[in-house]
Amino acid sequence: MAEDVKPRVKTPKTAAAGEVVTIKALVSHTMESGQRKDAEGNLIPRKIINRFTCDLNGMNVIDVAIDPAVSTNPYFEFEAKVDAAGEFKFTWYDDDGSIYEDTKPIAIG
Amino acid sequence: MHRTATTWATLTLGLALAGAVAADPVEDTLVVEAEEGTVDLVTTAPAPEFLKDTVDTIYSGWHYREDETRDLQRDDFDNPGMVFVDRGLDLWNATIGTDGQSCAGCHEGPESMAGLRATTPRVDAKTGALMTVENYVDACVTDRMGLEAWGWTGSQMKDMLALISMQSRGMPVNVAIDGAAASFWEKGKELYYTRFGQLEMSCASCHEDNQGRYIRADHLSQGQVNGFPVYRLKDAGILSAQQRFVGCVRDTRAETFKPNSDEFKALELYVASRGNGLSVEGVSVRH
Repeated sequence: MAEDVKPRVKTPKTAAAGEVVTIKALVSHTMESGQRKDAEGNLIPRKIINRFTCDLNGMNVIDVAIDPAVSTNPYFEFEAKVDAAGEFKFTWYDDDGSIYEDTKPIAIG
Repeated sequence: MHRTATTWATLTLGLALAGAVAADPVEDTLVVEAEEGTVDLVTTAPAPEFLKDTVDTIYSGWHYREDETRDLQRDDFDNPGMVFVDRGLDLWNATIGTDGQSCAGCHEGPESMAGLRATTPRVDAKTGALMTVENYVDACVTDRMGLEAWGWTGSQMKDMLALISMQSRGMPVNVAIDGAAASFWEKGKELYYTRFGQLEMSCASCHEDNQGRYIRADHLSQGQVNGFPVYRLKDAGILSAQQRFVGCVRDTRAETFKPNSDEFKALELYVASRGNGLSVEGVSVRH
């Protein structure tokens, strides 16, 4: 697993039933594009997070395919409709097979 | 005829205004939404006594940036600099010393560094040397941990600088300028007003005489360093105060002093003292 990879997620702690909430998700990652060369002129192999998903209680909220043009430390802000209390699950898929996960509970109130 | 005259008058007035492009610092207040709650930052303050003849009010550079840039600093989640603070915390806890030492081993949590950023550069009572945060980090890394020195503007040093600065967020900058610091401060002041480079510009040329005006597309601030280290959007990375000095002096087409040179340390003390009373912003966001 790569070093320096750290997911950060911001969700509200509570929401009214049926409320649409804003979610922010950022992962620190160098996102090596596969286009760059090192000091010796050799191509640096591509190593990016190629997919990001968010689920709420097993239901998919967002599923993003990511390509090499994306910036370092990719940041997604999106909305989710919360019908019942439960848990957000965030997953980032790395080119090298690593999977980084984070979860956030949400209550109705 | 009358109508034409009015049009000309309007046009002339328009040109006159366009000729002197000045923009005051934006009136705004900075409240940061942080994990531990909201943090109020003082971004305008009465000028320190020695500046009273020059300016009435000192402004953080935050007031000179665009709405979007200012907003990034209002929420720690949106502030890209926090990634580096997180990295600094990992480094703080890592057992990297030759005998397995870590920062946390001696200093416990990084909270123990609260106040350091607000009062440096300062004169070390034992050695009489002027010390920046980087100087203290360097002393620990090389003397106590037995490691190779970190690059002065390298990523480890700046991650640590970001973490340590965050511990003083919200505290007023309060560097001493008298006593043992007086001679360093005088030297810094002299440098501030010395013209360098082919363009023959001093710090004061931009940040005192022309603050609020535009230099090409850049809104000139008072050159306060209370927000440093900053996350600079242009570099997508952390920038320390002395790195910024390098950029400024280079832009005058001069050979610059090096970070950690006696000159830049003295200048950092002097510039910091011009911001005495403003809040340390931890890691700020600028463009």
